[in-house]
Amino acid sequence: MSVKLGIPSKGRLQEGTIDWFGERGIRISKSRMGREYQGQVEGIEGVELVLISAGEIPGELAAGRLHLGVTGQDLVREEIARWSERLVELSPMGFGFADLVVAVPAFWVDVVSMSDLDAAAARFRAVHGHRLRVATKYHHLVREFFRSHGVADYQLVDSQGATEGTVRNLTAEAVADITSTGSTLRENHLRVLDDGLILKSGATLFLSGAAEWGDGEREALVEVCSRIGAEVPGV
Amino acid sequence: MVTDRAYLKGARMGAGLSQLDAEISSVLGVLMSSGADRVEPEVLQPADVLLDLYGEDIRARAFVTRDDRAEMMLRPDFTVPLVRLHAAAELEEARYAYCGPVWRRQEFGSERPREYLQAGFELFGASDQATADAEVLALILEAVGDAGVRFVTGDMGLAISAIDALDASDARKAALRRHLWRPQRFQSLLRRYGVDHALHVEKRRELVEVLNSGGLDAAIRDAGKPVGLRSADEVARRVRALAEESETAPLDPGAVSFLEAVLAVKGSSTEALARLRDLQDGQAGFAQAVDRLEARLAAFEARGIDPEELAFEGSFGRTTLEYYDGFVFGAEAVDAPDLPALASGGRYDALTRTLSQGDGMTAVGGMIRVEALAALRRAGA
Repeated sequence: MSVKLGIPSKGRLQEGTIDWFGERGIRISKSRMGREYQGQVEGIEGVELVLISAGEIPGELAAGRLHLGVTGQDLVREEIARWSERLVELSPMGFGFADLVVAVPAFWVDVVSMSDLDAAAARFRAVHGHRLRVATKYHHLVREFFRSHGVADYQLVDSQGATEGTVRNLTAEAVADITSTGSTLRENHLRVLDDGLILKSGATLFLSGAAEWGDGEREALVEVCSRIGAEVPGV
Repeated sequence: MVTDRAYLKGARMGAGLSQLDAEISSVLGVLMSSGADRVEPEVLQPADVLLDLYGEDIRARAFVTRDDRAEMMLRPDFTVPLVRLHAAAELEEARYAYCGPVWRRQEFGSERPREYLQAGFELFGASDQATADAEVLALILEAVGDAGVRFVTGDMGLAISAIDALDASDARKAALRRHLWRPQRFQSLLRRYGVDHALHVEKRRELVEVLNSGGLDAAIRDAGKPVGLRSADEVARRVRALAEESETAPLDPGAVSFLEAVLAVKGSSTEALARLRDLQDGQAGFAQAVDRLEARLAAFEARGIDPEELAFEGSFGRTTLEYYDGFVFGAEAVDAPDLPALASGGRYDALTRTLSQGDGMTAVGGMIRVEALAALRRAGA
């Protein structure tokens, strides 16, 4: 049996992944079979490529259907409860950097910290009759972060895209979103809170401790680790 | 196993179920002996009502589902469902007894049950708080019986009164009251208003100077386009509140230690009362809360509950869902650390005010985890 390596089926994350492995002597090539893309891994024995939607990689790793997979730390921490019991960060890959941050309208000069946000939320609720809305797609991470900062009187509203625009569109008062340079937030008149960094994330090669690791897979893993300069984890 | 229940093996059929049924009948028999009406609230409760009350954290603790009509939650307890039923019944004073399953989401990897039975009793609209509190505790004690259970009591009203009695600004008191149920945040607020006050004044110095020089409106304008529902006026109002806080003297260390002493009281109810009497000197308003405790203990005695034998902890009830605001109690199995709290309850007048968005009413109640109680009896048998 071979090691199943999951990489994103499209986009910049895929390009970065192919380059990263290529620089380490593991060549990934894609070919179009009708409407579907297929991929091969060359230059290393016993590794089978799986092209899969980036959002599904954390779940497939946790379920053990992938041995290795490339995805962002943000998605793993959001989607996999107690992820570190099942997944291992084999290697950071040096691209796809993004911070998950809490941002509020820049003109809120009274709100620079999470503690301010909590106090502002209490007043907001008294004035407007509903809890202060925070738009995000990272519900677990954000709820846990707000809880650890003792923030009350807020509510999460789901936003799967264009989250920065929710404040202008009056569907949220604040956002918790991924940003790399902060420019999109600024263009939307938002500012990151001083202690509003929830997570620093980057593209990462993960290993699944839940997958079947037979002798063949282990052999391939040792070779992968030697190419990428990672320590072989005990699986 | 599919035949197992929470804390109780093989109790979904046959003899196991019969034993549980007997336990339920016995518990409900006691709870209804007070003249309570049996009620059965809906399993599916409107999610927005629970979210507005408990905040976003309830999402992590309740099962949420939805259809084309609304987002709903499987009832995580009976309190809110019962308050809603009682409001619909348009009665003044009423007693209700119930028994049925509740559902709780548990953390990943947790073995704690997601579904378990609660049997309970709630008393709405009673005019005398002390006798109502005593009625609830006496019924729960009787229903639990001599199963090897230790009861602990507390009083969130004391902590709230202690905050109100502080020589502190209304803003500080409101913030402390709001976070009483989040001990960590509460402690950090106490530091902010006390030992760390100078640090926070320094953090706000620039902003306060802008305000005092009359440049606040311009500063808000320059900081960014006013997007969203929260207005520039609301921002300005909070800046003025921050300036007031900066100009307020730090909280007196004596006030902080008074508050901490109230929360640290521990012992028999009789000892706790004596200790609180010692603490009340010079704290106007707080004495009345201690009077209420004394009246409650007298009502306990009238019901045959000995305050000398009833444990009291000043912090009890602070880490539960934030709705109890008076008498609170809980019960643990002495020799079965694996079992959860066998019973808990308390007074939640404020919750009824929030739910009705108006006057509200007095409300006190308690619940028993019937399966855990049956498991304890089975182990003891």
